[in-house]
Amino acid sequence: MLAWTIYVSIAGALAARLAPSKQLARILALLAALSGLALSLTALAHWQPGQLVTVANVPWIPQLGISYHLAADGISLTLLLLTGIAATAGILFSWNINERTQEFFAFYLVLIAGVYGVFLSFDLFLLFVFYEIAIIPKYFLIAIWGSVPRDAAPGKEGSQREYAAMKLALYSFAGSALVLAGMVAAWVMSGSVTGTHTLDLQALAAIPFTQHFQMWAFPMVFVGFAVLAGMWPFHTWAPTGHAAAPTAASMLLAGVVMKLGAYGCLRVAMMLFPAGLNPWGFHVLGFGSWRDVIAVLAIIGIVYGASVALVQRDFKFIIGYSSVSHMGFVLLGLMTLTQIGLDGAVLQMFSHGIIAGLLFAVVGRMVYDRTHTRQLSELSPMRLAHVIPFAAVTFVLAAMASIGMPGFSGFVAEFQIIVGAWRTLPWMAAIAGAGILIGIAFTWRALTTVFFGERPAHAGADHGHPLPPITLPEKLGSLLLLVSTLTVGLYPAILTRLILPALQSPLFDGLRNGAWR
Amino acid sequence: MIPNTVSYSQLLRLTWPEIALTLAGILALALDLTVLGRASLAARLRAGVAVACAGCIAALFLLGSSAPFAGLPAGMFVVTPLTHVVQAALLALAIFTLLLSFSVRFTGHVGEYLALILFATVAMMFLVATQNLLLIFVALEFLSLSLYILTGFDKHSRQSAEASLKYFLFGGMSAGFLLFGMSLLYGLSRSIELPQIARALSLFLAQDPLLWVAIVMVAIGFGFKIAAAPFHLWAPDAYQGAPTVSAGFLASSSKVASFFIFAQVVTVALAPAAGSGAFRAYAPGWVPTLILIAALSMVVGNLAALAQTSLRRLLAYSAIGHAGYMLLGIIAHSPRGLSALLYYVITYALAVVGAFGVLGALEPEGIDRIADLAGLFRRAPGLALCLLIFLLSLAGIPPLSGFFAKFYIFSAALESEPNLGLLWLILLAVAMSAVSLYYYLRVLKAAYVAPAPEDLPRLRVSPATRLTLWVLAALVVLLGCAPSLLLNVIGLR
Amino acid sequence: MTITELTSLPLFGGCLVLLLGRNRAVARALALLLGLCSLGNALWIWHGFNPALPGFQYEVWRTWAPSLGIVYHVGVDGLGVLMLVLSAMVVLMSLAASWNNEKHSRLYLALVLFLEGGLFGTFTALNFVHWFIFWELSLIPAFFLVRLWGGPNRNRASTQFFLYTMVGSIALLLAFLALYLATGTFDFVDLARLAQHGDIAREVAQNIHWGVSGDTTGMILFWAAFLGFAVKTPVVPFHTWLPATYAEAPSETTMLLTGAMSKMGIYGFLRILLPIFPREMQHALTPLLWLAVATIVLPAFAAWVQKDLKRTFAYSSVNHLGYCILGVCVAAKFTGADASLAAEKSAALTGVMLQIFSHALTAAALFWFLTLLERRAASRGIDDFGGLRKVIPVFSGLMGIAIFASLGLPGLNGFPGEFLIFKGAFPLVPWATAISVLGLLMTAVFLLTVIQKVFSGPVNPRWQALPDLTLAERWAFVPVIALMFAIGLYPQIITGMIHGTVMQWIAGVGL
Repeated sequence: MLAWTIYVSIAGALAARLAPSKQLARILALLAALSGLALSLTALAHWQPGQLVTVANVPWIPQLGISYHLAADGISLTLLLLTGIAATAGILFSWNINERTQEFFAFYLVLIAGVYGVFLSFDLFLLFVFYEIAIIPKYFLIAIWGSVPRDAAPGKEGSQREYAAMKLALYSFAGSALVLAGMVAAWVMSGSVTGTHTLDLQALAAIPFTQHFQMWAFPMVFVGFAVLAGMWPFHTWAPTGHAAAPTAASMLLAGVVMKLGAYGCLRVAMMLFPAGLNPWGFHVLGFGSWRDVIAVLAIIGIVYGASVALVQRDFKFIIGYSSVSHMGFVLLGLMTLTQIGLDGAVLQMFSHGIIAGLLFAVVGRMVYDRTHTRQLSELSPMRLAHVIPFAAVTFVLAAMASIGMPGFSGFVAEFQIIVGAWRTLPWMAAIAGAGILIGIAFTWRALTTVFFGERPAHAGADHGHPLPPITLPEKLGSLLLLVSTLTVGLYPAILTRLILPALQSPLFDGLRNGAWR
Repeated sequence: MIPNTVSYSQLLRLTWPEIALTLAGILALALDLTVLGRASLAARLRAGVAVACAGCIAALFLLGSSAPFAGLPAGMFVVTPLTHVVQAALLALAIFTLLLSFSVRFTGHVGEYLALILFATVAMMFLVATQNLLLIFVALEFLSLSLYILTGFDKHSRQSAEASLKYFLFGGMSAGFLLFGMSLLYGLSRSIELPQIARALSLFLAQDPLLWVAIVMVAIGFGFKIAAAPFHLWAPDAYQGAPTVSAGFLASSSKVASFFIFAQVVTVALAPAAGSGAFRAYAPGWVPTLILIAALSMVVGNLAALAQTSLRRLLAYSAIGHAGYMLLGIIAHSPRGLSALLYYVITYALAVVGAFGVLGALEPEGIDRIADLAGLFRRAPGLALCLLIFLLSLAGIPPLSGFFAKFYIFSAALESEPNLGLLWLILLAVAMSAVSLYYYLRVLKAAYVAPAPEDLPRLRVSPATRLTLWVLAALVVLLGCAPSLLLNVIGLR
Repeated sequence: MTITELTSLPLFGGCLVLLLGRNRAVARALALLLGLCSLGNALWIWHGFNPALPGFQYEVWRTWAPSLGIVYHVGVDGLGVLMLVLSAMVVLMSLAASWNNEKHSRLYLALVLFLEGGLFGTFTALNFVHWFIFWELSLIPAFFLVRLWGGPNRNRASTQFFLYTMVGSIALLLAFLALYLATGTFDFVDLARLAQHGDIAREVAQNIHWGVSGDTTGMILFWAAFLGFAVKTPVVPFHTWLPATYAEAPSETTMLLTGAMSKMGIYGFLRILLPIFPREMQHALTPLLWLAVATIVLPAFAAWVQKDLKRTFAYSSVNHLGYCILGVCVAAKFTGADASLAAEKSAALTGVMLQIFSHALTAAALFWFLTLLERRAASRGIDDFGGLRKVIPVFSGLMGIAIFASLGLPGLNGFPGEFLIFKGAFPLVPWATAISVLGLLMTAVFLLTVIQKVFSGPVNPRWQALPDLTLAERWAFVPVIALMFAIGLYPQIITGMIHGTVMQWIAGVGL
């Protein structure tokens, strides 16, 4: 059944492209996204903990040992749910797109199909195919429908978003080039170790690759995926990309696409080449293994992202950098190599997906589409809390979730990551705590400046005509995301019961028997 | 054992497809000159293309039915399942080229034009079906001659003439190199039959410096033909100056044939002198030579393409880059490598014919620079979509065929050396393919993102062109989604 | 009446007020009703609580996210019951004070109710994770109350408030995550039991390898947790956010901040630091005592030099909570098996709880008076007034009672608590107690200064027409003043409830 999430999205893309009217395109797109969500929820309802559901497994390119192998374990399902939710909310928040509407939703749904595909693929080749499918629509979504900062020079409005889109596409492609090289190498090695070539994840996970091979294959593939996860110092595409993207695209970008990278890190790099995490046997500048290196990069990402967000003047850039910071937690969680840390990392992927979506929805759709500015200094005198209170309330809740306020999903996730880090990387845990604090500071600064700003003394009583009211789709979208983050925050078992058994499955044996503590 | 004499009936049976094609070419020429002499250009085109296509289709059928896989003495003519596949691909590409020439407006000499395309195809079919150095050279020159003329066919354009001349001069020089190399090979091995050469070379195991000269000469000769760096200088001018259909033909069919025969020559004849270019395991031979050429092509082609503003020059430089990737298939010198090379070159040819087809459809509008594409998504959504598919396939984006081609050829190359010795080359190739996305995206950005400068009318595209482009696009997608279809026939079991 | 229902009532009630309260009259009536019901519920739990039994009552234990050690575990002991009643009482007083304040819209009232829910949750939770949820949750409404309805410098004040508390919270969280890592549980009861047998230190030494000894690790964790509570309480020198926040917040909100929220810090000392980190507290006793003494003495001096009534009372609040810290520290001192010293400790702890309750009552009442004064006079400088005794005698009289209660006059509620703390503390830590007496003295000085400057002296002509308390206001104060006398004269109302709990702690800390 789960494979239909992909097919429905592709069918939805075609239908939306061919739809005669814009409204119909919107409705068709929404239906496609909703059915994807419904399919994931059905799977959730019937889920047996620890199971690995094979959705499809047919030979695809038998000459090369490549098969069309779709399957889902708990981790996949968690992210499928996220995709369903984010996709639905994204469509609700792009209800107001009036230019080339049909094409917009077509690209959007192709992207969604790619994302679903990645999370469901259990063949590395297939995974890579879907991974790449997700890149190109992203480029067009940003380049065509992106938002333009107000201070852009006249006639140059397009260039900034095209720059951002190109940067994003090239970074993604550079990352995936590394992954491709790793994949080719894995294919060749699988042939030379076992005699038959394969790219099936389950089969690859069971192959005892040599330590030497894993030592370089792991960092290559990990970094390749981590580019898309926003790992410092390869994160620079993220803030510009997020800021330039149209609301729905930034929601997807931060919400789901960055998770593709993190998922790849876990599912491919760590699952297939676990020995790459072992100590080198020597120390360089205090680093004793790739794990140390990546953990430090993750920490830098957390602190750096948050610090830079603290000094931004553009509302959307703040949220963009916050994504870098929060994704740093995912990478840190992965590098703790403890069950609780990994569980936290996956949960953080889900949580950040929802929360970032919500934040971007407020910034891009509710605020920017109404005020046409993203500058804090211009937003502050508008006292938006009084003008669009719904946006203010939503942002307050989203901000609380984002800073890891207990009761929201972010807390459960970051909390587990830090427990994991305390165990194996105690210094990192302490610095991550500082990162959280900076996170609180910038979120708080954005919140108070944008929504609870002071009216300048010289201004008149009213700043002009009122802003258009919040529409129903926006309310529904916010509600969907808020309910999701609260549900997971208050009842994390709903997801941990999926994730933990998956981490204990034989797929991760290599990791558990190796560097895992 | 192949008998030492040739019976004419056998020769006839083996070459039926080529004969049919030649006849069709003559018929098209004759019809145009006699019966249709007074008819309108469009009618002449229609009739000519119909005859030519009929010839190709007939040749395809004959190819399918002339089952006996056999050879003539001295490797003069060798028919194997694999050559059949390549010949069929060449015929199919010829059909696409013919269909795209429906809208040719640059010449009144329709008959000659179509006949030349067919004759060039005949030359290529001979080229791929021989293992004899002499015949290889003859066929190659026959092909080149046809292509020189096709390139300069637009007599009203100085550019076309210039391109043709340049191509001719470079081509002539390369023929000289090639001939020199081949004569050295003959001198060393006393044979002009590829397997015999290999046998002879393996006996004295090639420490002869003359062999290295021969290798280098052959590599240079073919390097010119396949437009690999540093022998690529003619390509951008030829692609830009030639009439669009010719350029497409030049970039697709002739690539398929040249690469196939290049692979045959080096992997069969020079097998004992392969050498190795693996990291820390260098051994002299033709493999390191080709690795050098491949690496240079990838770097030069892709980096130079970044700076182009003309669409055709961009495609030309990208073709140079692709030549570098394709060389990886030869470098692999394994059955899998050959299969990967064929998959790559065939799918590449499809995408390139398509891309030039799109450019041809835009030609009446005077569109040549990237910026001119602005607003294409509104003026001709179908064309824009086709262009998207072709270019993304060239960039190697799944699920289009270009992606699998890259994966396959990289895998084959990496597998060829123990301990992943060629990883450095693969990394370079992968990095360059990431670079290539940038310039393809620039084109697509113009076509999809940039708004039309003013309210330009919708573009009119002839139905035949449209149909051809859609078929090509569908093939590119289909072969990407189901590579097995093609792999089954080129998979060298 | 279960604890879950008790906690959810104000939370849902807050939503209800938001939904139904388009009309302010409806909103305030509804809010007041909910406040009354909550107080009723709290009293009901008080009533049903059996002080003779050790341990927790009204316990509920449900698995929540077992893989993460998160369990829904609530229950109350004597301290919890006391806290519930206290917070319900303070919230009700604050709601009543807001009755006539037109600026306080339904959102304000709803936020107050959310805050009440957060307080109830904090005081009943027995598992760190959901305790922390409520701990943080109560911060949000408080922040917005200050941010949206505060005085001219509310931006700075609320930022400071929020960030300080957040720093504390993160430190606390990190400490508990490490503790969880070592022991595998978040449950306060389990942790306290482990601590009692010295197991926590062992587990920490075994499971956490930070390159320092287990004892040092334990101390790091203790100080991190201490930071969380010290900021909230606040303990000098982490108090700097407080005067600004109390002064900038609307006085009705300050009632909540000082009456209920500052008690969360003390509650943390009693519920978490004392039972879970007894060894570490003993090790750190000297610095802790210095901090306590500083918290008592320095704010008293600071209060003396303030020109703003709200700031004066804000510092006075810090000073009063300092006594509580002193009491807690005393209880942590190692005394061996000496029964007489245990009795002293029990006195000190009983005093702490009395002081918590009485300070909540007094401080809330004082700020209520300030609310009324501010609304009437739109001024709150100490030197602005004078001779109010003659202009508004009822107001002056009642506020005078509250000030004397704060001062610790025997017969009023402030006395028994402070007395018991000093009685218990003196034999155990004589030097600290002796210095603290200085604080007691200064308290008297600055409170009397307030009385003298505001109520006595020549009448400032500006205030000739100041209206006295209305009838409704007078009636509203009747129960408050009555309670002050009641506790002052018969402290057993409270000590009776907490005796069992105190004995249990003493046993736990005794080692």
